[in-house]
Amino acid sequence: MALNIDLEVCTGCGACVAVCPFCALTQRASDGKVEVNEACTACGACVEVCPVGALSLAAAPAAPAAAAPGEFRGLWVVAEQRGGRLQEVAFELLGKGRELADQLGVSLGAVLLGHGVGDCVAPLFEHGADRVYVVDHPALETYTSEPYAEAMSELIRRHKPEIVLAGATSIGRGFIARVAIQVNAGLTADCTELAVEPESRQLLQTRPAFGGNIMATILCPNHRPQMATVRPKVFARPAPEAGRTGERMDETVELKAPVVRVLETVNAMQNEVNVAGAEFIVTGGRGVGGAENFKLLADLADALGGAAVGASRAAVDAGWISSFHQVGQTGKTVRPKIYIACGVSGQIQHLVGMSSSDTIIAINKDPDAPIFDVADIGIVGDLFEVVPELIKALRQ
Amino acid sequence: MAELNYGLSELAQEIRGMVREFAETRVKPVRAELDEEGRFPAEILRELGKMDLMGLYIPAEYGGTFEGDSLPNIIAVEELSRICIGVSVSYAANGLGADPILIGGSEAQKKKYLPPLASGEKWAAYALTEPNAGSDAGSIRTTAVKKGDKYVLNGTKQWITNGGEADIYTVFAVTDKARGARGVSAFIVEKGTPGFSFGKKENKLGIRASATRELIFEDCEVPAENLIGREGTGFIWAMKTFDVSRPGIAAQAVGLAQGALDEAVAYAKVREQFGRPIIANQGLSWMLADMATKVETARALTYAVVKTIDAGSKDYSKFSAMCKMYASDAAMQVATDAVQVFGGYGYMKEYPVEKMMRDAKILQIYEGTNQIQRDIIGLALNKEYAAAARK
Amino acid sequence: MHIVVCVKQVPNTTQVRIHPETNTLVRDGVESVMNPFDENALEMALQLKEKHPGTKVTALTMGPAQAAAVLKEAVGRGADEVMLLCDKAFAGSDTWATSYALSRAIGTLEPKPDLVLFGKQAIDGDTAQVGPGVADWLGLPCITYAFGIEIAGGQAVVQRAFEDGYERMEVALPCALTVLKEANVPRMASLRGKMAAKKLEIAPVTAEQIGADPARIGLTASPTRVVKIFSPPPKTGGVKWQGEEPAAMARRLVEALRERQVI
Repeated sequence: MALNIDLEVCTGCGACVAVCPFCALTQRASDGKVEVNEACTACGACVEVCPVGALSLAAAPAAPAAAAPGEFRGLWVVAEQRGGRLQEVAFELLGKGRELADQLGVSLGAVLLGHGVGDCVAPLFEHGADRVYVVDHPALETYTSEPYAEAMSELIRRHKPEIVLAGATSIGRGFIARVAIQVNAGLTADCTELAVEPESRQLLQTRPAFGGNIMATILCPNHRPQMATVRPKVFARPAPEAGRTGERMDETVELKAPVVRVLETVNAMQNEVNVAGAEFIVTGGRGVGGAENFKLLADLADALGGAAVGASRAAVDAGWISSFHQVGQTGKTVRPKIYIACGVSGQIQHLVGMSSSDTIIAINKDPDAPIFDVADIGIVGDLFEVVPELIKALRQ
Repeated sequence: MAELNYGLSELAQEIRGMVREFAETRVKPVRAELDEEGRFPAEILRELGKMDLMGLYIPAEYGGTFEGDSLPNIIAVEELSRICIGVSVSYAANGLGADPILIGGSEAQKKKYLPPLASGEKWAAYALTEPNAGSDAGSIRTTAVKKGDKYVLNGTKQWITNGGEADIYTVFAVTDKARGARGVSAFIVEKGTPGFSFGKKENKLGIRASATRELIFEDCEVPAENLIGREGTGFIWAMKTFDVSRPGIAAQAVGLAQGALDEAVAYAKVREQFGRPIIANQGLSWMLADMATKVETARALTYAVVKTIDAGSKDYSKFSAMCKMYASDAAMQVATDAVQVFGGYGYMKEYPVEKMMRDAKILQIYEGTNQIQRDIIGLALNKEYAAAARK
Repeated sequence: MHIVVCVKQVPNTTQVRIHPETNTLVRDGVESVMNPFDENALEMALQLKEKHPGTKVTALTMGPAQAAAVLKEAVGRGADEVMLLCDKAFAGSDTWATSYALSRAIGTLEPKPDLVLFGKQAIDGDTAQVGPGVADWLGLPCITYAFGIEIAGGQAVVQRAFEDGYERMEVALPCALTVLKEANVPRMASLRGKMAAKKLEIAPVTAEQIGADPARIGLTASPTRVVKIFSPPPKTGGVKWQGEEPAAMARRLVEALRERQVI
């Protein structure tokens, strides 16, 4: 175990037990001194709080990697497309990817997997890609994770990028996890911050854990590529440079036919504005009190010129609105210009999904609701009184 | 929270935990809706069946888990009642309907009817009351005339809990009018038997989740093997059933009163008037003290009665009547006081206590009105002390 | 049919708080529970067991000794068998090493599983990587975000969710799924189930017993390392209006938004 406990020094105060996120520390019944179990991840949170310095982390030898890290060069972004349309997250990652690639002094590559998706290449160059690797294969026509993973892994083996970034979408999260196993790479999910150390060429990956209660910074010391998924809307979409171009690499990859057959695709949000990309969002929480009352929020969304309606987990669990509207740790991450939270208490699990919104407005009866800690403008009041007035004021 | 030591078995404690969690997560979110719509909690009963909780009073040989300790069943009723007695009466009425079979049924009848009740696959109901025969149960008029190897039932039963939802009904009918109470017999009648239909569902003040219907028998032919015991024994089964079912009502009352108390104390701690929580007012905290003491007294008496019955006592009718009477009166008082503690908010349907107050009233009425219970106690005292006086 | 459900014991992160003064995580009094999404995965397995008589459901977990509690909970709800992977050698495993270990464990089970189910993500790690990772080690197709399944003739038809809709997909068994909360309402443990769980003695299974390669498990085998844990800095600079008429506050808000040129 990487955590050293000096039992001579330990006073059994239990301060470490209280802060361990992983329940790895327990106190002995006999003398209260501390023991560590398998759940320990050597994160070091306990080392910092021990008042007597009884805890320390031994430098655990890092696992030898399959190939020397030095052999890997270049930063890649997975250019996710659905039905031939590039997803917003692809552009957002190109923006961040450009910044990191420049710091490392390497080229920025975009990986485009699909069938008949040639139209997607130009926009990728315009948004910063130096190279676009294209795998065009019938097996990739409709997304299923196995052929996508196979294609991606093959490209990685061929070209050895040192960093690969992908969107933490339902597509990205599915196949990238398989790629990490196949190419023996480290993968960090849902990063909210990315940075590089140019000397060591390490990618510092910061992400929320424990439902958003803590942030963890993660490194991938030896294994390459260093892989990370990033939620949509975390990074800003860069401004395109019209006419910018680059190197297109058409890659031929042998792929087995997909074993998963898509029988039917249903777009459930045809008549509604999707929360995921909306500029203005009006979200309802437990305070809304019922399905019918979401109509009021829909009216506010309308008054804002076509905002999307979001929901906290409480409202979705109560059955007042479908889960496609859910914002939060287990729902969608959003980054609108305006986020109006009505009757939302502001549990951390919800905040994780919307805290990077440009302007956060909260309306809640309870002046102590945690949402007010992140709101730019907080209104303490009954949403059933405030929202109609807001609609009136907007329509004037 | 501190608890009195009632010497509960491990099973009883396990049941309390299970049913409490069930009631909190499955019943609480829907109780207001069930009440508003007067909707029968079929899904809830089905889930209780899947959790092996419908057969706590049925011996293992018939598919249940009863092994001589009736407290698990009583506690299950109590914990459901803490959240909603409309749900708990739907649950407990199964036991009531099954009791005559358990007490007086033949082996064949037990083997046929008890297992599906234990698994929750089927539900039961108890049919004694008629428009003209409530407290005066002896004057029921539903007749059962023997015809070959069948009995033909004619008549109406009123206010039958689980009426229309249950599959198995124990029905009391007159087989020999001349013999009065000794001419009543008990029959097992299955839903779907030709000539057996249901009246409209009653629209009630409380326990609105419970389905209360009239049963209508029109030349309804019931196989002779569905007679429980011999002709004329019906009232024996009825009275013996009440003796064991009264603690069940008491358990409902204890649960409801506890639920009302919990709501009232929690509210009194957060509601502030005149710059402080209302619980800081001695008058109010004395009210809560009286309420809490009533709840615990009702509980202690009820558990003691149940243990006495389990221990094989032959003479417990008086105590059975006592716990039903005391607990139900206590529940009515505590629920009403809870509404008072809530003040104006207590009167609003948005808060759960007005429902508890409406629900509580029936506890003083069904399974023998509290006036009848006092009659029973009075008569018993008279008998007991008569014997003493002769010494 | 044999269905394996991977479950994890996690702290109930909805109860976890940040200490207002020290800004550190406070875990006191937070209970350990079965990961909520794993409950949905287990419920999916149990419903399939009811539909397809003769199905065996095995619950598998990797964790310290106290993780046996979630296996007992699984048995209480109707799982037939359990396995507790518990060995100091697994300590500090990231998702790569964890998925390797779980795949080795699943490989020892008889009969070979037809279906391997996972919850969408664990609410402590929040990665959603272990399910697809295990599937890859086992060479199984994996459908993520599943909320419905029907099985007939060795084929599974699965409904899976996207951000704005859903798809119905067909795949031959054996396969793996990660399951959403929308899939079902998890049942509670039954009385008989709890009694069976009480009597259950769960012996920890070691890395050696599952033939795990020591170079692929534990902290040293994990490609990723946590180097720092910190609390997110509190946001500052907001205003809070109270005590005014709703109409007045609404007008002020619209003015403020117009000023910021947001509308």
